[in-house]
Amino acid sequence: MDLNTLWFILIAILFAGFFLLEGFDYGVGILLPFLGKDDEERRVIINTIGPFWDGNEVWLLTAGGAIFAAFPHWYATMFSGFYLALLLILIALILRGVAFEFRGKDARPGWRKFWDWAIFFGSFIPALLWGVAFGNLLRGVPIDARMNYTGDFFGLLNPYALLTGLYGLVLLIFHGASFLTLRAEGEIAERARAVAARLWLFAVVLLFVALGASYALTDMYTKLGVNPGVIPILGGVALLAAGWFLRQKRDGWTFTMTAITIVTTVFTIFLTLHPRVMISSIDPNFSLTIYNASSSPYTLRIMTIVALVFVPIVLAYQGWTYWVFRKRVSKKSLKA
Amino acid sequence: MDPLALSRLQFAVTTIYHFFFVPLTLGLSILVAFMQTLYYRTNDETWKKHTQFWGKLFLINFAMGVVTGIVQEFQFGMNWSEYSRFVGDVFGAPLAIEALLAFFLESTFLGLWFFGWDKLSKRAHLATIWLVAFGSNLSALWILIANSFMQQPVGFVIRNGRAEMADFFALLTNPNLWTQFPHVFFSGLATAGFFMLGISAWHLLKKSNVEFFRRSFQIAALAGLFGIALVGLIGHNQTQRIVQSQPMKIAAAEGLYQSEDPASFSLLTIGSLDGRSEVFAIRLPALLSLLAYNKFTGRVEGIDDLQAAYSKQYGAGDYLPPIPWIYWSFRAMVGAGMLMGLLALCGLYLAMRNKIESNLLFLKILPWAILLPYLANTTGWLMAELGRQPWIVFGLMKTEQGVSNTVSGAAVLISLILFTIVYGALMVVDIYLLRKFATSDPMQAAHEAAY
Ligand code: HDD
Ligand code: HEM
Ligand code: HEM
Repeated sequence: MDLNTLWFILIAILFAGFFLLEGFDYGVGILLPFLGKDDEERRVIINTIGPFWDGNEVWLLTAGGAIFAAFPHWYATMFSGFYLALLLILIALILRGVAFEFRGKDARPGWRKFWDWAIFFGSFIPALLWGVAFGNLLRGVPIDARMNYTGDFFGLLNPYALLTGLYGLVLLIFHGASFLTLRAEGEIAERARAVAARLWLFAVVLLFVALGASYALTDMYTKLGVNPGVIPILGGVALLAAGWFLRQKRDGWTFTMTAITIVTTVFTIFLTLHPRVMISSIDPNFSLTIYNASSSPYTLRIMTIVALVFVPIVLAYQGWTYWVFRKRVSKKSLKA
Repeated sequence: MDPLALSRLQFAVTTIYHFFFVPLTLGLSILVAFMQTLYYRTNDETWKKHTQFWGKLFLINFAMGVVTGIVQEFQFGMNWSEYSRFVGDVFGAPLAIEALLAFFLESTFLGLWFFGWDKLSKRAHLATIWLVAFGSNLSALWILIANSFMQQPVGFVIRNGRAEMADFFALLTNPNLWTQFPHVFFSGLATAGFFMLGISAWHLLKKSNVEFFRRSFQIAALAGLFGIALVGLIGHNQTQRIVQSQPMKIAAAEGLYQSEDPASFSLLTIGSLDGRSEVFAIRLPALLSLLAYNKFTGRVEGIDDLQAAYSKQYGAGDYLPPIPWIYWSFRAMVGAGMLMGLLALCGLYLAMRNKIESNLLFLKILPWAILLPYLANTTGWLMAELGRQPWIVFGLMKTEQGVSNTVSGAAVLISLILFTIVYGALMVVDIYLLRKFATSDPMQAAHEAAY
């Protein structure tokens, strides 16, 4: 395997990690105004992700940095091409980030309400738009011979991309709900389970519709074939199983299943893309690939060494954080 | 609407804004960790209260730094895509490494620190805040490695129409970095020192918790004085190095149009409005040579000669940076630095003689002096970045060549307006919260390890 492929895989892993971890943050943030009936309950909900959300967001920053370092043309074309979409995501992430810190710093109801909605929209917008962005990556976007994106913002809002956006959104809310059943206590956990149960069928239907649309509208069929292989099938099976575990109230397993679905979804997207990173809808020859968009072999080698040394260390201490904060969050625990 | 001008303005606005929060994070993380170490060593509960009081202000500031940082990470691709294509091979690596090494560290351990007061052993908990301090300053190091490449490109070859990395080690040992990073590091310490000094002085003036804030005052005066002394010393070295690597920056900072030997130092230079020629000047003879070479002789190149030399070297063109901006930025930074040095000396002197509380005038000045490091930090960067113009990468690529060619002026205008509104509103909220908690009573506040 060459280093270009290795970095393609690493970036897939970074995005998988990002959606797996920040995914439940988004889900929890979206559910916040609906599952928390009063201020105390909303505090419980926010504190289920309190120690984690910033660390989770760094997965995105690292994925972005890795794209810049390993495939600068991909970084340049995608970030300038998706300008307004990324702007919306940035504004959302700004408001959401300060909301966590600021919300509890003043007791006035209006203040708290404002930040609650900042958390909601700050989670909702990226959860939707990331799916739209990846849908467009699969479908292909207008890129000319000089690697320039020639479309506009509204071109990104095509029906297929909106469908993948919706699938992503529902999946992440489902994932967030199953996280809450694990990390919250009592009534909130029960309510989260009820929401998850209602979302499950919706998620399954969307998964199959999105998959069907992908087979019809993208070259997923030519890339993966009739039998898509272990990874996509595992994702589908896990999502089905999540519904079963949910009914059995085996919350740990439900969460594991939604996690698997998210990771396999990301991998399926990257499998379909490979070896391209951005598909040109004008001419397949204009597509950016892991070869024509990449850094020099020297840079890739340096980055590989750094990544091989430090990714395991990061995984170890982030894992430890989840272990330290493994206890459920309750109203009582907030007062300690 | 010119996307280039708008992109430059947007970069300036968002980056200056990000750097309002960064220096305080860099310095205060260390001071909070230091206070917690005192608590760990002495088991004295007041040190715990200190840690929590200043820690709360640290967290409010940190949140702003984080959310504005995300914008920074995306901007290179969004607004400067041609730049990103040209330098990505060199420049992307430190950015990615920064995220992997530093951002993960600071964000994860900050979560552990804030939420972990009663979940970790005292020792492990102390370690988490030191790791936050280490991670924050490590992030400054890596971003300055990237920035140093723009100021003084090293370790690369031009191949395939772009700059490709040839020597990673050369990036890490860039001479620009090793004056820039210490200067930034100690300016962070000085910023945190003055932040603590100002707030402590406010409380001492109000006679609230005198014993508590006397202690804070002492730590802050020490940190502030130490920080500002080193900032000045290193700044001197930095000037000398830039005389070699970017002489135009120093010529602009000194309003020196004709080369001189020995070169004079400008006390006051009034130029024409566009800054292209001198109208009036008061200069101190030979002092600039002393600054540049530590002796009273030595030729310092002037703007006109450099313009001629660059036109020969890089082809006909305009190589003048915005001179008045650089000239006045340099003076504001150095002036603020001198004032800070003076104030920190007074502070330490009074603290040692146990006279802090009796000097009311001094206590009244200090809260306002919090603005000084912010002024110096901002003007310092203005000098560094404007002084590099017209280059985006010195000697290799001009700023106008780096801008995204597919992003319309209208799109940049929208983003500029949105960022300005959101940042402006958040500034109000941030100052409201900082004031509220800075003036609160550290003994009354119940500590919560939850949002
Ligand atoms: C508390 C803040 C502070 C203070 C008091 C000073 N500086 Fe500074 N200065 C900075 C904070 C700063 C900074 C914000 O950290 C900069 C911006 C870029 C950089 O490397 O550091 C900077 C930049 C900067 C530069 C440009 C670096 C470049 O272009 O790469 C020079 C030449 C100096 N400084 C020199 C000085 C001198 C001679 C000072 C005398 C007291 C001084 N600074 C005080
Ligand atoms: C946080 C402190 C910083 C501040 C306050 C700052 C300030 C500025 C300002 C005012 C400009 C506008 C100059 C102009 O266009 O005329 C600028 C440009 C720029 N700076 Fe910085 N800068 C900082 C750090 C950095 C770092 C660390 C990097 C790179 C890693 C960087 C990269 C750039 C780029 C790419 C531009 C745009 C192109 C240009 O105008 O040259 N800056 N910065
Ligand atoms: C223009 C280039 C810059 C980029 C791309 C950038 C990027 C970022 C990002 C993405 C974060 C958020 C990390 C998180 O989520 O935890 C951040 C925070 C931070 N950045 Fe920057 N940054 C830039 C300039 C600077 C400079 C010049 C410094 C220091 C000299 C600096 C120091 C920090 C520090 C210490 C933090 C921690 C949080 C805080 O700011 O309070 N950054 N930056």
